[in-house]
Amino acid sequence: MTPAGQGRAPVLEVDKILDDPMTKIVVCCGSGGVGKTTTAAALALRAAERGRTVCVLTIDPARRLAQSMGLSELDNTPRPVPDIDGSAGGELLAMMLDMKRTFDEIIVAHSDPERAQQILENPFYQTVSSSLSGTQEYMAMEKLGQLRAQAEAGQAPWDLIVVDTPPSRSALDFLDAPKRMASFLDGRFIRVLLAPARAGGRAYLKVFTAGMGAVTGVLSKVIGTQLLTDAQTFVTAMDTVFGGFRERAERTYTLLQAPGTAFAVVAAPEPDALREAAYFVERLAADAMPLAGLVLNRVHDSAASDLSAEQSLVAADRLAATTSHPMVVGLLRLHAERMQRISRERRLVGRFTAAFPKVRIARARAQASDIHDLDGLRRVAAELAGTPG
Amino acid sequence: MADWEGVRLHVVTGKGGTGKTTVAAALALALAAEGHQVLLLEVEGRQGIAQLFDSPPLPYEERKIAVAPRGGDVYALAIDPEDALLEYLEIFYKLGRAGRALKKVGAVDFATTIAPGLRDVLLTGKAYEAVGRRRTGRAEYDAVVMDAPPTGRIARFLNVNTEMAGLARVGPIRNQADSIMDLLRSPRTAVHFVTLLEEMPTQETADGVAELRAAGLPVGAIVVNMVRRPPLRPADVAAAGSGRLDRAQVAAGLAAAGLPTDAATVAALVHEATDLAERVALEEQERGTIAALGRPTYELPWLTDGMDLGGLYELAEDLHRQGAA
Ligand SMILES: Nc1ncnc2c1ncn2[C@@H]1O[C@H](COP(=O)(O)OP(=O)(O)OP(=O)(O)O)[C@@H](O)[C@H]1O
Ligand SMILES: Nc1ncnc2c1ncn2[C@@H]1O[C@H](COP(=O)(O)OP(=O)(O)OP(=O)(O)O)[C@@H](O)[C@H]1O
Ligand SMILES: [Mg+2]
Ligand SMILES: [Mg+2]
Repeated sequence: MTPAGQGRAPVLEVDKILDDPMTKIVVCCGSGGVGKTTTAAALALRAAERGRTVCVLTIDPARRLAQSMGLSELDNTPRPVPDIDGSAGGELLAMMLDMKRTFDEIIVAHSDPERAQQILENPFYQTVSSSLSGTQEYMAMEKLGQLRAQAEAGQAPWDLIVVDTPPSRSALDFLDAPKRMASFLDGRFIRVLLAPARAGGRAYLKVFTAGMGAVTGVLSKVIGTQLLTDAQTFVTAMDTVFGGFRERAERTYTLLQAPGTAFAVVAAPEPDALREAAYFVERLAADAMPLAGLVLNRVHDSAASDLSAEQSLVAADRLAATTSHPMVVGLLRLHAERMQRISRERRLVGRFTAAFPKVRIARARAQASDIHDLDGLRRVAAELAGTPG
Repeated sequence: MADWEGVRLHVVTGKGGTGKTTVAAALALALAAEGHQVLLLEVEGRQGIAQLFDSPPLPYEERKIAVAPRGGDVYALAIDPEDALLEYLEIFYKLGRAGRALKKVGAVDFATTIAPGLRDVLLTGKAYEAVGRRRTGRAEYDAVVMDAPPTGRIARFLNVNTEMAGLARVGPIRNQADSIMDLLRSPRTAVHFVTLLEEMPTQETADGVAELRAAGLPVGAIVVNMVRRPPLRPADVAAAGSGRLDRAQVAAGLAAAGLPTDAATVAALVHEATDLAERVALEEQERGTIAALGRPTYELPWLTDGMDLGGLYELAEDLHRQGAA
């Protein structure tokens, strides 16, 4: 039995990575719906049951999966997952990211109480903290930084953090978030709004005076003076926090480049997902970030792979003409569908491997149903580790 | 009679990747059939419509993109929030150079970033404008179909004008916001959900429907996309599901077809049927959840050869046959 797309790609040795005490962070990234959350939870569970003390940071897990991990509320606190096999001495703590709360915490931690209050109450803060594009990615990174710092300071027990990444069309969004946030904060207009409040602002403002009078005038006319004032207050209040933001984002970025980090790029054997995975692999290389390998999830296989799609279809048609074995006609057509799918997946993965011959690959088969309990996670993890039960 | 007679604005949402763009385009084609004029709006700035119709990226301009079955036209427009804001400023304030200055200093970018609400006001505003636009004494478009943001953001997106009213207490933005909400809350609008027969998209759909209902926004149809017809007869699927497939019969059939009849091959085929049965059972469960929402429901087949223009017309016909248009 050969799983689809076996090719000659080197094998990603999952257990070796999870068992290595030097591995401190595993990041599961990939495009939307490929199985990032499932993979993160599965790898974390396996590492814990092999003896490590693991914290898994999940983002919007499916409801049933969350429940099976004992996550009933979004409270930003890692909690022990009940019912794991702790015989190897490991432990698993799980949490769901609460984006808004993480944002609030940063504000509170980086400004004096009065200013924090001012920001949290500003109407703009509400929209920015919940829907500025990239905020979720940024907050995931921020939370990762916090979890790591807690562990280093001996305030938390985990020695391995497994991070899930937010659903997004592009896998690159995760890496780009801090930069996008920074470039937004550095935006010219923000500086213009800030200008009057800053010491050196006058000179700067002068350059713009011609345009600016018109701009502020127009703005207050269009959005109303109230709205403009709110925006200005918000930006000014946030100003002190901004520096901290940028600094922390940079620190987390550096953390991701450290040798203790392992990126697992998750993809389904589909054209879009593999294309995104390819972009991501290139990007990791460009940013000197440590790629562990590709997790190929939801791969199809067959125990009757000697019986080809063509053979099955010809036989099915022949049999259908006799009308004596309708059930077997159905079985053969079903098998043909599966074989066609397998060869399509192999072609796609083969192309990826041809482009990235050194990228290691671990595979998990498509299970007949969703993964929504610890047993399901164990099965996926065992397949990824190449030790299916 | 079609299910959405009187609806002028069709909003198509769904979990990411379930087929919003595809279904919106198919629905536009179906609605345009028999001589109608339909505008297909893209609001996520991804040029998904152009890709689907195999055309170069759409400019900020309404363009005829397809001819519908039995005559009728589909126009497409990819709304760019920046351009929409400038256009809006131009219409309401005749800004000219000052508008361009805003853009230059980054104010437009800032405004559409920091206040995603403002962006959404512009996007919904454009839909509102297209629905209401008249030409030679009648509506220019018989229907407007919007390829909308995903389920997780849809209620907020459509409700943005209410939210905006909280920020902008007076002025033209406020007035515009009120008129848009009137349209969005009226029976002239229908919000359709695209889903798959899988747990997460169905759950999101159920949550989204509840959220829209709570916000007083009109829920339209549920479109179940990528439905795969099992090649096995229902009775055989049931037998496979309960482990009652007769292996001797399988072997006999294989023999009759001149194929190997060894136990391993038989077991493999039976196993594949069991997998299928499990999937079908789960799909039935999801169908139940969807049915409980009590909305008109259409199913669209999974197109094995991938999506192309031909496939899109096929899906449009399917929608038409099921009464969607
Ligand atoms: N190997 C597998 N076999 C069967 N189902 C799977 C497998 N892996 C994941 N799934 C299911 O696929 C769905 C999507 O998986 P998951 O939520 O892990 O993806 P994701 O990449 O985190 O998605 P998102 O981008 O939306 O966050 C879930 O319902 C999950 O149970
Ligand atoms: N009925 C179908 N049969 C086969 N393929 C389909 C079908 N519907 C959609 N697809 C394919 O599925 C993919 C996702 O579809 P589409 O782009 O329409 O989804 P979407 O919900 O708009 O995604 P996004 O959230 O990324 O905007 C596309 O590759 C599309 O061609
Ligand atoms: Mg996820
Ligand atoms: Mg789309």
